[in-house]
Amino acid sequence: MTKLIKPTLTRRKLLGTGAAALASTPLLGRYAQAQSSEPIKIGFQVHRTGIGASYGRWYDRTTQAAVKRINDMGGINGRPVEVISEDDGTDPKRGAEVVEKFATQHNTDIAFGTLFSHVVYGSAPRAGELKMPYFVVSEGHHVASGALNRWTMQPGITDVKSQVQAMAPFVAENLGKKVTMIYPDFAFGHDHRDYFSAAIEAQGGEVVAKIAIPPTETSFTKYFPKIPRNTDVIYHVMVGPAVLTFVKEMGEFFGPSKPEIFGFIDSLEAVDIASPGLEFLEGTYFWEGNPRYAQDTNHDFDANYRKAVGVDENGASVSDSKDVSTYAHMFGCWETLNIVKRGMEMADYKGAGDRQALIEAVESMSNMDLSDDHPQGAKIFNGKTHQTFGHQYISKVEGGKLALAHTTSIEDTMYEDEVDYTTQSF
Amino acid sequence: MDFGPHLLLAILEGGVTAAVLALTAMGLSIVFGVMRVVNVAHGEFYMVGAVLAWYIATALGGNPALGFVAAIIVAPLLVGSLAAGVDRLILRRINYDPERTIVATIGTLYILQQTTLMTFGPNPRPVEPPFNTRIALPWFEWSDKGLEFYYPWGLSITSYKLFVIVAASVILITLWLAITRSKAGLIMRATQQDSDMAQAFGIPVKTVYSVVFGLGAGLAAVGAVLVVPIQQAYYLMGHDPLLLAFIVVIIGGLGSLPGTIIAAILIGMADSIISVFFTPTLAKIFATLLVATVLVFRPTGLMGKSTA
Amino acid sequence: MTNTTKTHALHYGLLAILAIAFMILPQYHSGNLARVMVLAIYAMGYNILFGYTGLLSLGHALFFSAGMYGLGLTMHLGGWTPAPAFLAALLASAVVATVIGFLVLRTSGVAFMIVTLMFAQAGYLTILYFGTYTRGDEGFALQQATRQLMGLDLTDQTIRYYTALILFSATLLLLAYFIRSPFGRTLIAIRENEERAKMLGYNVTAIKLKAVILSGVISGASGGAYALLFGNTGATFATVQFSILPLLWVLVGGAGTTTGPFIGVLFMTYLIDYASGQTTAYLIVVGVVLVLVTLFLPHGIVGTLRNKYAGWLP
Repeated sequence: MTKLIKPTLTRRKLLGTGAAALASTPLLGRYAQAQSSEPIKIGFQVHRTGIGASYGRWYDRTTQAAVKRINDMGGINGRPVEVISEDDGTDPKRGAEVVEKFATQHNTDIAFGTLFSHVVYGSAPRAGELKMPYFVVSEGHHVASGALNRWTMQPGITDVKSQVQAMAPFVAENLGKKVTMIYPDFAFGHDHRDYFSAAIEAQGGEVVAKIAIPPTETSFTKYFPKIPRNTDVIYHVMVGPAVLTFVKEMGEFFGPSKPEIFGFIDSLEAVDIASPGLEFLEGTYFWEGNPRYAQDTNHDFDANYRKAVGVDENGASVSDSKDVSTYAHMFGCWETLNIVKRGMEMADYKGAGDRQALIEAVESMSNMDLSDDHPQGAKIFNGKTHQTFGHQYISKVEGGKLALAHTTSIEDTMYEDEVDYTTQSF
Repeated sequence: MDFGPHLLLAILEGGVTAAVLALTAMGLSIVFGVMRVVNVAHGEFYMVGAVLAWYIATALGGNPALGFVAAIIVAPLLVGSLAAGVDRLILRRINYDPERTIVATIGTLYILQQTTLMTFGPNPRPVEPPFNTRIALPWFEWSDKGLEFYYPWGLSITSYKLFVIVAASVILITLWLAITRSKAGLIMRATQQDSDMAQAFGIPVKTVYSVVFGLGAGLAAVGAVLVVPIQQAYYLMGHDPLLLAFIVVIIGGLGSLPGTIIAAILIGMADSIISVFFTPTLAKIFATLLVATVLVFRPTGLMGKSTA
Repeated sequence: MTNTTKTHALHYGLLAILAIAFMILPQYHSGNLARVMVLAIYAMGYNILFGYTGLLSLGHALFFSAGMYGLGLTMHLGGWTPAPAFLAALLASAVVATVIGFLVLRTSGVAFMIVTLMFAQAGYLTILYFGTYTRGDEGFALQQATRQLMGLDLTDQTIRYYTALILFSATLLLLAYFIRSPFGRTLIAIRENEERAKMLGYNVTAIKLKAVILSGVISGASGGAYALLFGNTGATFATVQFSILPLLWVLVGGAGTTTGPFIGVLFMTYLIDYASGQTTAYLIVVGVVLVLVTLFLPHGIVGTLRNKYAGWLP
């Protein structure tokens, strides 16, 4: 079912034109038409401590900004939205406890927010058992692979498989066919390895070496000699606190004779591109989930979003230019919350009894247009796999900044369905 | 890369790891040797040292060398005083009971970590090295024309990494001289051998303990200040140095300072050199098992005399 | 009352309270309690070695994860049902504990701590290395439909709670019996004075090996039960942090006591839960409480009660 859903229209339809007029004057109209002024509670599972803390902080800021905007526009179904945050310590065990806490103590309407995929794996089974809609913003392939359950969805951010395979045509055409991959030796890295290898071979290229770095590693130079001399392109994706060391040591290793370098911005998320030691990245390319540096566009959606969250043109906090955001990922929180709002309006969501209807409403969504609700770009949601698909961006480092060089089509990111969650019972 | 240059590169990298590890482990070893306690918060003192280095370098701005020199003097002193405070406030009150010390220092670990997260933030922050030139290294080859030198692709080190090795060696030699030749060192050794007897001879054992605890943490901080221009200051960075330092101290043999140095070199090198032969994770598994096996067959460590 | 009667009263009383607690407590707390009981099994397993035999291991996550993956992999990849998969969990941890025990018992004291730590670290890296099967850090979810035992849905919250309680009771009573048996008393003798135990003619190494295996199997049972009841596996459960947790639980609750491990897990779980609800700086609260516990409750909660008020406490 392909249906174009205009969020503002839906809301107005539900509230009635009179209410809409009221709702547009925030102070007077807020919640005026609500049958109940009980807030809609969103349980926000946030990485405040542990290895995900730098992401968690920005996920938090984005979430607060998105909720403020939703409330300023009249809330959901005329009810205000309240965020209840709980730290999961970036730990799967605590993640599961937090989902239980949302379901049975805070009585939230949904659970939302998780980034790190091991926390998703820890929490999703409990969300399913407690029949709690669980909206993740994790970019893992776990949702679309069918490993989770009908209560878990990822409508606001694309997954690794689609990101990775969409890079292969650009890499093969512009950078070279012989690729050496460097990635962390855990599931996220293995997804990169498997999906990129397949995609680059489809483009007539080949992966000449696969270097899996153990996640506990803090020094990297000793592994670089494993890069074959005939490598055209280095493909790197690293996560965690040691990423800056990794990129710096790579530069020191190659010196003046470096191959083409293509990286995932995960390797430098929340890190200033102008940090000392990163000069050699000039002229190399990065995948970006959402361009960190403001680009010249013919629309204001990105600018409005930056303003709401408090991010400047360089992707850093407006209050501290050294505080670089996780710009490539955090838009997922903003977009997911807008989808939740739309889903609740479609389902005429009243309370916990309508949770199933909420899932079904989101499953029925398909096209999402570039708009203030979706500032990262247009998306196509697949209700069967619970996964969204969207444009991917490739940027080039120029003058210590990232300049958009290529935007993939949404079709480049699509792959065959691996699961149909809609056939599973609730 | 060819085998020879690859091995040389691994040895150089191992040397840098070993140098920093030796400093950190020496701090733990002295505390362990004199006070017979496991300081689980040792890695956090290392982390606080790195974070202070970032603050000092950022506050001073200007030439990175200035910030670095200030950091390497000030950060260890601050960390040392912090540790001495922990000793007075907590460890002294629980009488250095081994098991209670573990819980108390785990508690300290949480407090330091969370305080850093709240003040310094969750992002890794880089400190600019005072100098950092890439030095390409030559390799040789026998051919028809005799011995030939050439510069293999990728074989290099930076001047700063070489400096770390030199600086760590100088500090450790100084420390060694201080412990074996000075009066303060004598008092420390006396306390280590028999604290009751030392007390009877009028040595202020409690003060010695505070100083030793501060010295141990300070050494970790020195290692951290040296390493931040290579790695970054980060609030969870204390975890690995703690484990590695702990392993080094035991492998070296309890309380043996030369043993600690030898073990630091062995472990720093083993990790690097084994990585020449295997894929990275497999190399880590083998390196870990190698170290474990050394202890299984030599339970007192390399230079140890008897188990504690 | 004799001490034995008091001990029985304590154990059966605790189990009775736990059985009734489910009916009284709000859903959130009964859910928490189910997890506390499963992890208390892990802590009790740890306590055998640490509290009763005097061996401080820093590698018990290896046994826990052997059980977790013994059950998880046979169910996930092998399509086994929970009952044989749980036996696989016990078997896997028994094999791992036997091999590791054989090696590590050549050492003692701090060397024992390090060797167990290193083997556990190698185990953790091995789980990552075989990521094709284990899915490394993120692990895999055991689907709700497969977690059925003899027609009972283990994901149902009542059945989950009572399954956890049955496993917890079995472990508690087994251990209570065990430490009063001649074998258990030998362990304590070894803890108190190994040389003397040797001179009395005990084969100390063989006895210690049995203790390692028992401790490992109970830890593995906890790992298997965790995967089965909460549907999740992952390499996080094999990290050093997860080896340090049981040490912390046992030290806080009271080493060498039968109920200390449970009290320790309960206390730490609720401390983190409560503090994180009050402040985002909850780790500071946890840190301060740990320091206070060592200052004022030197033998853990139950251990201090025993020393000060109730010498009979088991």
